[in-house]
Amino acid sequence: MAEPHVIVVGAGPAGVRAAETLVAAGLRPMVIDEDACGGGQIYRRQPANFARPAEAIYASEAGKASAVHATLDRLAGRIDYLSNTLAWNIDDRLLYVVNGMAAAELPFDALIVAAGATDRVMPVPGWTLPGVFTLGAAQIALKSQACAIGREVAFLGTGPLLYLVAHQYATAGGNVAAVLDTSAKADRVAALPMLAARPALLARGLSYLRDLRRRGVPVLDGVVPAAIAGSQEAGVQCLTVRHRGRAVAIACDAVAMGHHLRPETQLADLARCDFRFDPPTRQWLPVVDRDCRTSVKRIYLAGDGVRIAGADAAEIQGRLAACAALQDLGRAAPDIGAAALRLRLARMDWFRRGLARAFPWPWRLAASLPDNAVVCRCERITAGELRAAVRANGAPEVNRAKAFSRVGMGRCQGRYCGHAAAEIVADAAGAPIESVGRLRGQAPVKPLPIAAKGAGLP
Amino acid sequence: MPPRFVRLGETGRRPVTIEIDGEPATALEGDTLLVALLANTGHLRESEFGDGPRAGFCLMGACQDCWVWTAEGERLRACSTPVAAGMRIVTRGAEKLWPSRM
Repeated sequence: MAEPHVIVVGAGPAGVRAAETLVAAGLRPMVIDEDACGGGQIYRRQPANFARPAEAIYASEAGKASAVHATLDRLAGRIDYLSNTLAWNIDDRLLYVVNGMAAAELPFDALIVAAGATDRVMPVPGWTLPGVFTLGAAQIALKSQACAIGREVAFLGTGPLLYLVAHQYATAGGNVAAVLDTSAKADRVAALPMLAARPALLARGLSYLRDLRRRGVPVLDGVVPAAIAGSQEAGVQCLTVRHRGRAVAIACDAVAMGHHLRPETQLADLARCDFRFDPPTRQWLPVVDRDCRTSVKRIYLAGDGVRIAGADAAEIQGRLAACAALQDLGRAAPDIGAAALRLRLARMDWFRRGLARAFPWPWRLAASLPDNAVVCRCERITAGELRAAVRANGAPEVNRAKAFSRVGMGRCQGRYCGHAAAEIVADAAGAPIESVGRLRGQAPVKPLPIAAKGAGLP
Repeated sequence: MPPRFVRLGETGRRPVTIEIDGEPATALEGDTLLVALLANTGHLRESEFGDGPRAGFCLMGACQDCWVWTAEGERLRACSTPVAAGMRIVTRGAEKLWPSRM
């Protein structure tokens, strides 16, 4: 019998652990990495000619990051590793990939998708000005390029990244103008029992907050973002929020914004995996069993591409997904101590729910976005235009609203406007959020050159 | 526009000379093209929809808001492209440079 061909999409903590487990079972998996050298976003590697030690980049997570990198390096020669390669479609048992101008269709017997996450963003008037970046972008600039996104950086949004990245900037010598959290203290108090599932992580998060306060950084919670002001020539100059009924203006030349993260689920969608609405986070998530099996045979999902449970959970899910695939392929799976891993994962999932409770998606802000605020950055479409599409054309569903307004049809494929757009559609239609649906994933999941040819991958 | 990004370390790398809108500029080996540009200027491109300059957004290849044009007419995603000596990047009005084929 020919060896089963297993493909892993993603080379972050989930993808690397999945590949390692498959190799331990005697297989030679293929690993598709959109990046150049693995690690994913969380453990993104700096270029080879940078000199900072891992501790300076990943701090408390340096050991884990280095271990994931070392594992990927050790697997060289035992996996087929395709870097700089985008997986852009799935059709039955074929994965479509492109590397530069070279395209290929790769058959698989099992597919483990560990596609990671991007920032979840609620638009703010002025968020297209030069100098506004996501929190993830601000962190990548620092981690992989040793840069700050500006001279005076304001941090806006909610979620653990808000405090982590601000703390990392302050520690690295950047200027943090303010940290402005849309969640309220009451949210975090209510979440404490769930966050206590991982006491060390909770303590670390609180230490970031203390550190920022000690440095004299203004940290405000319960803020309502008003606008990012500036000019086309200068870019960002000021961020205004309302706090306890008063306007607060923060002078800054950069804003790092985001409201926690959202999973990259396009490939799962194209594989026709079932999704279910998740009320606490107000989004649709792929359905998986405890071992990362989806509703579609031989398709597995692991890591933040399923639920935002973080890098430690991603490593566990990568292993579990690989073992599930091996079992389903009739192969002996290595002993990974699955029962204990599932228990740890359950605790991490409890913590994940705690984070969602502590730093809720500020969905009510969508309804109060002014009509002239841009919702779709790609094609400059405003909240007013989207509302008009819902009301005038009778489009109480996001894909229909997209067809009329083009919101979600641009180059980011709705990654950065989709969740806010759904809230705007629900508000304009007077319908509950779960009834407006979700933007369907479309191939190609990212733009690719029309001249790309099946000339064999490099 | 003044430079947007501030280097907080790793400044001992070898310099690389590129061209931004016809002017020579210095980047460092290992920079992404996005960092090379934003360490020299304040924006990357102009929105195709007439609402002004853009400077990227996600830095992880997801938003596609950092596409830049080379003087030769090649399109690059700046956040995922390593800088290379001799790159000639056009941040404004790239289409005016292209020869008409009509």
